[in-house]
Amino acid sequence: MPLLRIEGVAKSFGNFRAVDKLSLDIRAGEFFALLGPSGCGKTTLLRMLAGFETPDEGRILLGGNDIAQVLPHERPVNMMFQNYALFPHLSVRDNIAFGLRRAGMARKDIATRVAEMVALVKLEGLEKRKPDQLSGGQRQRVALARSLARRPQVLLLDEPLAALDKKLRESTQGELMELQRRLGTTFVIVTHDQEEAMTMAGRIGVMDAGRLVQVATPRNLYEAPASRWIAEFVGDINLFNGQVAARDHGRLTVSTTEAGTLAVSELWPPVTKVAVSVAIRPEKVKLSRRAPASDEGASRAINRLEGVVTDVNYLGGVTSYRVKLESGAVVRASMANTARLDVDAYLAGQRVVAWFTADDCLVLEQ
Amino acid sequence: MARTVTTLTRFNMTSLALGLAFLYLPIVILVIYSFNASRLVTVWGGWSLRWYHEFFNDRAMLEAAWMSLSVGAVSATLATLLGTLAAVGLARGERFRGRALFSGMLYSPLVMPEVISGLSLLLLFVALNAERGFWTVTIAHTTLTMCFVTVVVQSRLTALDRSLEEAAMDLGCDPVRAFLLVTLPLIVPAIVAGWMLAFTLSLDDVVIASFTTGPGSATLPIRIYSEVRLGVKPEINAICTLVIALIAVIIVIASFASKLSSARGESAAPL
Repeated sequence: MPLLRIEGVAKSFGNFRAVDKLSLDIRAGEFFALLGPSGCGKTTLLRMLAGFETPDEGRILLGGNDIAQVLPHERPVNMMFQNYALFPHLSVRDNIAFGLRRAGMARKDIATRVAEMVALVKLEGLEKRKPDQLSGGQRQRVALARSLARRPQVLLLDEPLAALDKKLRESTQGELMELQRRLGTTFVIVTHDQEEAMTMAGRIGVMDAGRLVQVATPRNLYEAPASRWIAEFVGDINLFNGQVAARDHGRLTVSTTEAGTLAVSELWPPVTKVAVSVAIRPEKVKLSRRAPASDEGASRAINRLEGVVTDVNYLGGVTSYRVKLESGAVVRASMANTARLDVDAYLAGQRVVAWFTADDCLVLEQ
Repeated sequence: MARTVTTLTRFNMTSLALGLAFLYLPIVILVIYSFNASRLVTVWGGWSLRWYHEFFNDRAMLEAAWMSLSVGAVSATLATLLGTLAAVGLARGERFRGRALFSGMLYSPLVMPEVISGLSLLLLFVALNAERGFWTVTIAHTTLTMCFVTVVVQSRLTALDRSLEEAAMDLGCDPVRAFLLVTLPLIVPAIVAGWMLAFTLSLDDVVIASFTTGPGSATLPIRIYSEVRLGVKPEINAICTLVIALIAVIIVIASFASKLSSARGESAAPL
């Protein structure tokens, strides 16, 4: 039995179906991310877990008890709000102690717990400050300490890092992960930032239009997306539409209008439709001046696409290229800049061969 | 950004002086003449506190002043209570049927001619056979000033981040405690400002009070109004000066309160 089980939960606002018969299991001690574009229902789902919205249908089981109708203040669940929602009239200490006081904890125990929380989020010396005397990063820590002070079974985090700048966000990601491992609390985070979700979460649930479209580890989500929509939502991808022309021992031959005939390894479950898309991530597309050495047997079939480099974007760690094929289609390729002086870099206007193996690309139903 | 220091040109100075004179000269004259020693209002007879002395010995005037202050305090308190509840209902309540109509009706005293409100209240009190006096004026003033409190408090509530209340509930407060522990402390300045506004409006009102009051319980403005009809006594100047001073103090306190309120609001906002 998982710690948190969401069963056929649905919620509508007027005619808008925000969450549509969604089911999901979250295990104890897990760092789970709900990822999706804005308006996909991820925040509504989180608010139903916190108790601020009541599901129209379905059950939410926490440790076996249905909490779908339980009021927020009676749930062993706490939430960290996107804008932190710190009480402006209370000091850091009183903000953290707020939930403990409501739980009727003894004065001495409250002081101990607050000190423990302050140390946990490294806010020593700031206990007497008011929220408006803190920096953005410090406020974020107060909000985290306040939501963890009651030792919730599940901590819900609504875009917890959205208000921080990039550098601070990256270091805070690391701290959140470290904290979660140390406390063993189940974290459910809502984010629209896929990099954030991939960095922190053990498993990611991708939502679209109120439904969960895939639940997977970051690696599986990226390397084996369940649909064309997910492939395009998570990371960059090149897509070529075509028809399955031949099928042979898990190897498909797809004839595309834009990139000719491509060899693709088939994943489980096999595609059933004839109209498919061949998908290849830019970093798996290699460029070379001449065609690579011939196929080493059928197991390493290579797809070659000839074209002209149109754009070169140097991004520091990687350089991304756009290669225009004879059909007019564009293939994006990105290559790590492994050497400081790259005399071999490709230039715009140069003729190149973009190539990738059958194992590196995916076949997705259209 | 560089702030440009503009020096006042002669034209600006003149127009500013004329504008201020237009607004405040009558009041300044009234205040000066309240310290006049002469019995004749328009003849200057030297500085004196004679008319203040006279006022503090005029029992009828003092009673009227006391009546006004107590009507003001009681009606402002009632209006603040009801007005705050209405504001909370409108800003936080679920969307109910007829909400727009309700808020429209709530705000109608803002635009309703006072003569009509006064007359309709008088008809109501007569129909109910209520004895007219302190309580009828207080009730009338409560209905007049409640909407002003609602406007002030509701705008503060709408500006307040909803997630603060949700955070309180998340941390173990039932909705009532969340309101008392988080929302109320944050809107207190607006409530104080609302009370002050209601009090000054009540202190100031002649029309509705004269419709709803009874014999022997005149408020200060009514008393002044009836005295003036028999000819202006310098004593009236002294009373008016005192009222102006009181209202000035209240306005200063109210503006400080609302400044405090918005300062708190800023800290509540996200980055």
